[in-house]
Amino acid sequence: MARKPDGKHEVETTGHSWDGIEEYNNPLPRWWLWTFYATIAWGIVYTILYPAWPLVDRATGGVLGWSQRAEVAAELEAVEASQADLRAELVSTDLTAISENEALQRYAVQAGAALFRTNCSQCHGSGAAGAVGYPNLLDDDWLWGGRMEDIAYTIRHGIRNEDDPDARYSQMPAFGDLLSREEIATLVDHVQSLPDGADPLAGPGGTLFSENCVACHGENAQGDRTLGAPNLTDAIWLYASDDQSLTTLISQGPFGVMPAWGERLGEHGVRALAAYVHQLGGGEPEPEAEE
Amino acid sequence: MHENEGCMAVFRMIALAVIAVLAAIAADWGRDLAYSVHAFLVMLIAAGLFVWEVRRFGDPVPVVDRSRYMDGPVRAGVIATAFWGIAGFLVGTFIAFQLAFPELNFDWSEGYANFGRLRPLHTSAVIFAFGGNALLATSFYVVQRTSAARLWGGNLAWFVFWGYQLFIVLAATGYLLGATQSREYAEPEWYVDLWLTIVWLAYLAVFLGTLVNRKEPHIYVANWFYLAFIVTVAMLHVVNNLAVPVSILGSRSVSLFAGVQDAMTQWWYGHNAVGFFLTAGFLGMMYYFVPKQANRPIYSYKLSIIHFWALIFLYIWAGPHHLHYTALPDWASTLGMVFSVILWMPSWGGMINGLMTLEGAWDKIRTDPIIRMFVASLAFYGMSTFEGPMMSIRAVNSLSHYTDWTIGHVHSGALGWNGLITFGCLYFLTPKLWGRERMHSVAAINWHFWLATIGIVLYASSMWVTGIMEGLMWREVDDQGFLVNSFADTVAAKFPMYLVRATGGIFYLSGALLMVWNMWMTIRGPQARPVSTAVPAE
Repeated sequence: MARKPDGKHEVETTGHSWDGIEEYNNPLPRWWLWTFYATIAWGIVYTILYPAWPLVDRATGGVLGWSQRAEVAAELEAVEASQADLRAELVSTDLTAISENEALQRYAVQAGAALFRTNCSQCHGSGAAGAVGYPNLLDDDWLWGGRMEDIAYTIRHGIRNEDDPDARYSQMPAFGDLLSREEIATLVDHVQSLPDGADPLAGPGGTLFSENCVACHGENAQGDRTLGAPNLTDAIWLYASDDQSLTTLISQGPFGVMPAWGERLGEHGVRALAAYVHQLGGGEPEPEAEE
Repeated sequence: MHENEGCMAVFRMIALAVIAVLAAIAADWGRDLAYSVHAFLVMLIAAGLFVWEVRRFGDPVPVVDRSRYMDGPVRAGVIATAFWGIAGFLVGTFIAFQLAFPELNFDWSEGYANFGRLRPLHTSAVIFAFGGNALLATSFYVVQRTSAARLWGGNLAWFVFWGYQLFIVLAATGYLLGATQSREYAEPEWYVDLWLTIVWLAYLAVFLGTLVNRKEPHIYVANWFYLAFIVTVAMLHVVNNLAVPVSILGSRSVSLFAGVQDAMTQWWYGHNAVGFFLTAGFLGMMYYFVPKQANRPIYSYKLSIIHFWALIFLYIWAGPHHLHYTALPDWASTLGMVFSVILWMPSWGGMINGLMTLEGAWDKIRTDPIIRMFVASLAFYGMSTFEGPMMSIRAVNSLSHYTDWTIGHVHSGALGWNGLITFGCLYFLTPKLWGRERMHSVAAINWHFWLATIGIVLYASSMWVTGIMEGLMWREVDDQGFLVNSFADTVAAKFPMYLVRATGGIFYLSGALLMVWNMWMTIRGPQARPVSTAVPAE
């Protein structure tokens, strides 16, 4: 039996009861219905304006002619147009002269910073402070040189990669095959003492050092940038200075690889990145002699 | 009759023996670890059942009183819901901490318990194990009461229950061992999918059979929603999982779809898993338990019809909004967005019908913590079904997509709507199914409500903050148009909010543990009245 209106509710129930549950026959709430209609009306208009209804071999294109690809292309074009002059100037200016033009330098550093965050931060860190095996770019300790030309070359061709024939290349031998364990232990102690001012060639460690290491790291142990051989006296360690790490390093030989970015980022990108890295803190000026 | 029973038992034993032997062979010849472990598991289960059949052979068949409702699978489902709920919340809380502290991806557990393996375990455990068991248990309970008919198919309902648990175990162990199709929310591999299809068709048969046997002239609205959920999930599951196994003896398979068609099929499935599993199915729960607990008639029969048909018609189109600004053609993206926005009111129809049903019983929000859970659940339902259409709008999506905002949106729906309504149903069902006067502690329900609510608020608000921050950081450019932040910068900036989120998880988990204790004490308590209820006479 349908429940009769009780004054409080002006409607009847539907007359059914399921496990004691009844249903009122209330009308649809007006605001609900009108909002529903409004969204449908909006939907119809929107599908007329934008690409929407699939047909046999294509879909309706929408009277606004909008497409997400065109939208992105237009945004990119606008940005590129606003940068066009500086972009051309960066590519044509001599690398060492970029910093002399304040506007150009500002542009190059901001462009380089964005490229760095996208392409370089994975290894060198988003703040460029490096990680174990990946050099810190904030200090003035350079493996392959810290002048604009050096940095640009490293970025363009990379290090020890197989993609670019001009990649910087050197290889430290795996001394585990050449020296005994005791000799390597002696060398580890010796290398650890170098930052404290020890004579690189003194004592039994010095003998081993002069027989095996000076060819690249030099008699003063200050390294050789033409070979990417690190300075061993500055207490800055690319890997780590504890016994175990150094033993592994000398026994197996490190072989850090950096990709070549020249093709991927183009001349503009390489120059912008070089300008960014150069001004991080350790960039070296051009030698006076060249002027 | 007796002879027939004997024949059937022998047939069952032969079948089980054959399955055990085949599974043993498959375990031996398996091409990968997950497959072999699964085959071994099936062998153990089949062998165990075989021994059980042999031991009870010739025993008199227990007489089943067909004049009573079949509540065994419902009781089992209630326990399974609580069990898998705790498992899912626990894993969820742990992976929330893993995101804040990557050290928790331990070296020794790499390849088993790192974030990538545990994340699908969490999502499947909460959606399919916790939510799925809640739907199984409540649908079996509701369809019997509102049809005044015992579950159709004899022990088929038990097969559905245990078959579904096997599906959960195979899926979960598969994730840990690396068997996955890499389709979000459809990760289980081909043989697990096939098994679920069988179980699901049995579920459909039990549900439909019971409806056909009903003594009521009309089908109650809750059952429309349950039926829409069962039928649509069957369709979604089959289509999205169409794949060719690489080998009959391995877990790998290759999808029938590729490229953008693959993405579209996956999100057609993925969005409707939300639409039909987590929305339609749970609206079925709402339409029975809210009026029952409030002891009030449903607000509007008209509204229930209109919003039901509008909801199931519109939802199925909304999937492409997951693929804005991808290789998906613009027209599909537009339709996904438009149908999502139009879906707003049909979704809210369920909330209105639930909340307005409480008209005349609003005072119960103060006195009845179960009603309070239902009300909060409907409020979260309303919030996330407004937020969803909003996020589907292309302009909003360009900010929100791929950020934690999406995670916050999903959890305000899952923890708020699905979680709270399930807790309310468990509190409703436990005393009834075990013949107790009421839950052991009403105060504990109250505590659970507040712990869960605070947990949801911490979770959702922290994810909104971090999601929008992340989206803004990704698109931030300097005065010359260059990106300002690296990806790692955005990750680092999210850390405090990740701690808040994980804290929210602890709150939510604590509330659920309190519920399990309360259920345990209720079930253990003294028997108050008969356990199973008689089917009303015609």
